[in-house]
Amino acid sequence: MDKTINLTLKIWRQNGPKEKGRFETYQVSDISTDSSFLEMMDILNEQLVNENKEPIAFDHDCREGICGMCSLFINGRPHGPDEEITTCQLHMRKFKDGETITIEPWRAAAFPIIKDLIVDRQAFDKIIASGGYVSVNTGGVPDANAIPIAKPAADEAMDAASCIGCGACVAACKNSSAMLFVSAKVSQLALLPQGKVEAKRRAKAMVATMDELGFGGCTNTGACEVECPKSISIAHISRLNREFLRSRLSE
Amino acid sequence: MSILNSKIPEGPLAQKWTNYKNHQKLVNPANKRKLDVIVVGTGLAGGAAAASLGEMGFNVKNFTIQDSPRRAHSIAAQGGINAAKNYPNDGDSVYRLFYDTIKGGDYRAREANVHRLAEVSNSIIDQCVAQGVPFAREYGGLLDNRSFGGAQVSRTFYARGQTGQQLLLGAYQALMRQVNKGSVTMHTRTELVDIVIVDGKARGIITRDLVTGELQRHFGHAVVLATGGYGNTFFLSTNAMGSNGSAAVKAFHKGAMFANPCMAQIHPTCIPVHGEFQSKLTLMSESLRNDGRIWVPAKKEDAQAIREGKLKPTDIKEEDRDYYLERRYPAFGNLVPRDVASRAAKERCDAGFGVGTGLAVYLDFKSSIERLGKDVIEARYGNLFQMYEKIVDDNPYETPMMIYPAIHYTMGGIWVDYELQTNIPGLFAAGEANFSDHGANRLGASALMQGLADGYFVLPYTIQNYLADEIRTPRMDTNAKEFVEAEKSVKDRFEKLLNIKGNRSVDSIHKELGLIMWDFVGMARNEKGLKEAIKKIEAVKKEFWTNVRIPGNKEGMNVELEKASRLADFLEIADLMARDGLNREESCGGHFREEYQTGEGEALRQDDKFAYVSCWEYRGEKEEPKLNKEELVYENVQMLQRNYK
Amino acid sequence: MSNFLTSSIGKKFIMSISGLFLMMFIVVHLGINLLLIFDDSGELFNLGANFMATNPAIRIMEPLLALGFIVHILWSLIVSFQNMKARPTGYNQSKNSSNWASRNMLVLGCLIFVFLVMHIYNFFYIIKFEYQNLLEVDIDGEIMHDSYSLVAGLFKTSVTYCILYVVGAILLGLHLGHGFWSSFQTIGFANKLWLKRLQVIGQIYAIVVTVGFAIIPLYFLIKF
Ligand SMILES: Cc1cc2nc3c(=O)[nH]c(=O)nc-3n(C[C@H](O)[C@H](O)[C@H](O)COP(=O)(O)OP(=O)(O)OC[C@H]3O[C@@H](n4cnc5c(N)ncnc54)[C@H](O)[C@@H]3O)c2cc1C
Ligand code: SF4
Ligand code: FES
Repeated sequence: MDKTINLTLKIWRQNGPKEKGRFETYQVSDISTDSSFLEMMDILNEQLVNENKEPIAFDHDCREGICGMCSLFINGRPHGPDEEITTCQLHMRKFKDGETITIEPWRAAAFPIIKDLIVDRQAFDKIIASGGYVSVNTGGVPDANAIPIAKPAADEAMDAASCIGCGACVAACKNSSAMLFVSAKVSQLALLPQGKVEAKRRAKAMVATMDELGFGGCTNTGACEVECPKSISIAHISRLNREFLRSRLSE
Repeated sequence: MSILNSKIPEGPLAQKWTNYKNHQKLVNPANKRKLDVIVVGTGLAGGAAAASLGEMGFNVKNFTIQDSPRRAHSIAAQGGINAAKNYPNDGDSVYRLFYDTIKGGDYRAREANVHRLAEVSNSIIDQCVAQGVPFAREYGGLLDNRSFGGAQVSRTFYARGQTGQQLLLGAYQALMRQVNKGSVTMHTRTELVDIVIVDGKARGIITRDLVTGELQRHFGHAVVLATGGYGNTFFLSTNAMGSNGSAAVKAFHKGAMFANPCMAQIHPTCIPVHGEFQSKLTLMSESLRNDGRIWVPAKKEDAQAIREGKLKPTDIKEEDRDYYLERRYPAFGNLVPRDVASRAAKERCDAGFGVGTGLAVYLDFKSSIERLGKDVIEARYGNLFQMYEKIVDDNPYETPMMIYPAIHYTMGGIWVDYELQTNIPGLFAAGEANFSDHGANRLGASALMQGLADGYFVLPYTIQNYLADEIRTPRMDTNAKEFVEAEKSVKDRFEKLLNIKGNRSVDSIHKELGLIMWDFVGMARNEKGLKEAIKKIEAVKKEFWTNVRIPGNKEGMNVELEKASRLADFLEIADLMARDGLNREESCGGHFREEYQTGEGEALRQDDKFAYVSCWEYRGEKEEPKLNKEELVYENVQMLQRNYK
Repeated sequence: MSNFLTSSIGKKFIMSISGLFLMMFIVVHLGINLLLIFDDSGELFNLGANFMATNPAIRIMEPLLALGFIVHILWSLIVSFQNMKARPTGYNQSKNSSNWASRNMLVLGCLIFVFLVMHIYNFFYIIKFEYQNLLEVDIDGEIMHDSYSLVAGLFKTSVTYCILYVVGAILLGLHLGHGFWSSFQTIGFANKLWLKRLQVIGQIYAIVVTVGFAIIPLYFLIKF
């Protein structure tokens, strides 16, 4: 159980958005294989602080795979070498003693680097702001059970709604496309009667914003689905395409 | 005591909220645009409040330390949200939800607040469904409910194991709609670092931009704090890494009362601590207790053998297992409230029956799997089992889970009256940040309910009662001396922190504080320990202020500086928690004083002496805080000894 | 409508529609070409080729087909260029979790384009513009060009061309293996169930096309 490993870390460091970045190499030793990847990063940072150096900045918060904040590109894969998990759920038992681990930030024109491994993902908020909601105000809504919703539709909507907005789909896609993220929201709301009303308008507005913000287009490579920690299906992308085409063809 | 007027409306309990709404002052639409409201926090409470106030036409400024409002800590809530809908027709009602919450809180909450909470609970579900929250449904297409945390009715609505996420995304989407319309301005990666008081009223805040390091001044006719709980005082907790108590401490320093700081909830089902490097504790949803049975070996030598790796849990025969909750509490069994279950686990481990590192008990699904089949268990808890396996590398379908209690929620917080206003006019507090509705112990699935109740249905009303008198107050120039002074003091504080240039990292000091808290202000407290804790906290505080090392400077992003600033505030809270715990010479809910227990080891309240809310008042750095009391008047419910046997 | 065509999905829509159109053409093209190997006298193929060359409907389709190719190629360039802009700095290390063909549709497309030029030069160009050099045959009293000999002759005499044509067929197969389901996905025809089905159908389609086209040169090479 209590195995420990030594590692070489090749990490992207960049002081600020406009500065030039570079890779730096660090050594960490006696890392318990029971620790999480981010705990390993904590240990490295503690080491750096003790050497009076600036620790490595990386995003994280809940550390249980739900907030979508953690976002490291580890050994060539967003969220690293394990399936259906976020960076914070990755554990060191997935690595071998003596291994070199390369850690990079998400790379996309729409996600500029803020510092080291932290990128700015506000583009996602802007996309949601442009239409990713049901237009109801607080109060004055019908009883929750007034509209029955078929269980399969509700379940599929929930599948789509599990998206944590981490951006791994964009990071994994060779086109830096945000289609999986956008489709998850469009699909969730299109599947529910409450959201259906505005489905076309929503698809149109969200796609327009997505395009404006500099994400690439979808070429159906499917990398997003493989790397998505919540296994959001690209079938949702087809639904988004459908809603979008419907909206545009009905004009 | 005029400073502590709880402003509970007149009339019978069930009519109070209606009466209040019927008579409160409102702001007319044309004036709303002229009023600025600052909402700090974008969790369930803050997000819902900001969205609702924006919809009403107020000019809202919303702040969060995360990079997106969607990432507030509320996102992590798993189990569900309560409401008195009575859809399953099992006898639930507003009164019953009210009563259960009061009783669950061990009779230390305000009746009127809790009743209002139960009243608006149903509207929350309606609202969320209208927003497109995909709650679990039955085949007939109607909403599904489950029973949670030992309630005798099924009143918990849920969205798989991600209820908090779905509710927060609903609020977030409503909020982003307002951002799009321009009624809410969003400030992400921005931290409140001080509150500005002008002529006795809250008029604004000072913030630090976490990306540029810049300090900014913001004016508001009112300020709402919805900044969550302070569980991270313990370093290890189920809270997100960024959860902090800083806003509460800023309010405290400006004169707001801090209520019941010692009341912290320890959740019984978390993955146990397994190493020094550990950064946080992961909650395993309470719903697991519906089908899992908790046990430890009945023989000490078996427990010892397991700890040494000589025996496996599956080697222990049925008759050699001690299902201690079922043994002690036959009526509720594994479903007793959190405080009771946590203490029972500690009792067994302290007695030498713990497994794993010695601080763990088993949560076993074997009999449920035999009874219901693996498929059913997988459908119910698949994601939790997967999460457990990823962390611990053990398969809970085959070997029992190991769990241990961990700090989870803080019932205490900023004191507010019925209107959610603190004793500083214009300063409001909502969600986990305030103290109001859970008394000494919060029931499962009630925090989400309270956060959304405050944000959607309470604050948008009550804040108008205050703002109606502010329509003639023009927007203030933030160059006013109060703002300038506040900003200067913040700047000085950051410089002071950076200039300590000591030898210890922030985390190493925080871990030290956490251990003290866990040992002396944790699950079981006593006079001697609490006195010692106060001294030890003082020493850590000194160590911090003389020996912390923060690399980098105040310009640009500096994560260590953020953490240091928050730790400085946790140190204040730690002190308050210990003091409050020492003062409260009784056991109630999450606060267990070893001196006050029944012969069977159950919590023993002292209603004649402590049926009050402890409200701590700041009196300067050198002075000890002063205790004020808000007496709790129970007109409808009789205070009883809780009994789960 | 104009900003529909410039939107990311709109551009992909054009790729998809032109692709679907080209895929239909491929089926017809393959069907007629397979006549080459079912009748060694060449009569059937010549009849087919003659029908295609003289039927007015097909004459109208010809420019449309050319347009289909041009649109598909041009838009692919536009789409690829814009997608490249979306990631100005690449990764130092990157493991790809998508399949190779899906990521390299442009490369495949370019190679197929090269093949296409050669193919057009080999056959279409000669039949169309240098027909005076072709032999003529008389089938049931109708005089027509002996396209069969042209094709059969090339494959019987040149191993190199045979290999090039087999390679071309494989490239096309790879392109279609992704292109088929992808075009349905883009027009919104897929859902959880159909996504998997379309992928399977696409693979079958790609294999049939590859084998179908590859078998022709191989047939001549091996048989004669
Ligand atoms: C693992 C877990 C599971 C839970 N499960 C359940 C459950 O099933 N049912 C239930 O009812 N409850 C549950 N709870 C409790 C519940 O989730 C929380 O009590 C509730 O979400 C708190 O919401 P909030 O809006 O008050 O604060 P939070 O969601 O914590 O939001 C705080 C906000 O304030 C911001 N903020 C904080 N400090 C500052 C500052 N200084 N400056 C600017 N912004 C600041 C943050 O950025 C954030 O936006 C759970 C809690 C945990 C930890
Ligand atoms: S779709 Fe998946 S990868 Fe993309 S943001 Fe959502 S959870 Fe992350
Ligand atoms: S830190 Fe929240 S998902 Fe990883």
